[in-house]
Amino acid sequence: MKRWIMVLPLAVFLLVAVFLYRGLFLDPSELPSAMIGKPFPAFALASVDGKPLTEADLLGKPALVNVWATWCPSCKIEHPYLNKLAEQGVVIHGVNYKDDNAAALKWLAEFHNPYQLDIRDEQGSLGLDLGVYGAPETFLIDAKGIIRYKHVGVVDATVWREQLAPQYQSLVDEAKP
Amino acid sequence: MKRWLAAAVLGLSLAGVTQAAIDTYQFADEAERERYHELTKELRCPKCQNQDIADSNAPIAADLRREIFRMLGEGKSNQQIVDFMVDRYGDFVRYKPALSARTWLLWFGPGVLLLGGFTVLALIVRKRRGQAAAGSADLSPEERERLAKLLDKEQTHD
Repeated sequence: MKRWIMVLPLAVFLLVAVFLYRGLFLDPSELPSAMIGKPFPAFALASVDGKPLTEADLLGKPALVNVWATWCPSCKIEHPYLNKLAEQGVVIHGVNYKDDNAAALKWLAEFHNPYQLDIRDEQGSLGLDLGVYGAPETFLIDAKGIIRYKHVGVVDATVWREQLAPQYQSLVDEAKP
Repeated sequence: MKRWLAAAVLGLSLAGVTQAAIDTYQFADEAERERYHELTKELRCPKCQNQDIADSNAPIAADLRREIFRMLGEGKSNQQIVDFMVDRYGDFVRYKPALSARTWLLWFGPGVLLLGGFTVLALIVRKRRGQAAAGSADLSPEERERLAKLLDKEQTHD
């Protein structure tokens, strides 16, 4: 039998091993978002304090769009960090997802409001159009309202530094003429 | 005995819990109900990843079921409804992924492996057969002599 055939099983084994090894470090709960590269979905909703908002209000500056709710424990964890980012001048908009409005208002009054716009998505219709399947989820949109990135889970210092900040900065640079 | 009875009753009550999540939707006709079941079985819950949205109790699955029901009421086709979901949640939500450049390996990989296996098998069988045929025909003169001697011995013993 030819030599190379003898090495073939080893080669196949190594190939499979490489893929499986890589698989050990993938998080199956992180889905690739189907929305990346698409414009922010159209919506006509009120803000938590009752002003009408549409997708046009998001245009002009790159921003984070944070989907949150008072029933979501991880949202509480990331809230102080969002406050900090907002203080640093990062534009953050909030989508209050399937929540009780009174509870949301109380939360924002109590824990400080880092959001420039507070979209009230009580029915979850905007969340559905965004492909949200839990909270918190954070989208990064550019100045033209195109979704460029999505992070599922808590935004903390590590996530911001390693994933969001570089992209946010490049979008800010891009937006400058 | 009593204990067994209690265990059986408890077990049966659990069996009820594991059944599909129940929504109360009024369908226009039997065909629409059938399509609803088909679609909710075919679409995967994005949150609880190894359940279809018919089985899942996650709030997002309930939302998606409601959305499917709404779209069926609007007279959308199955394809339109599946596209709606894929647009938002990606190919992930389909238990039956669409055939595309990205899913080519998924669809044809097993078949290619199977064909490869058969090819290797056929090659080995052919090779062995060739060896066997060659072996019987080609005895060297010495081997022939030895064979003859052995056969002779057998005969003289008899």
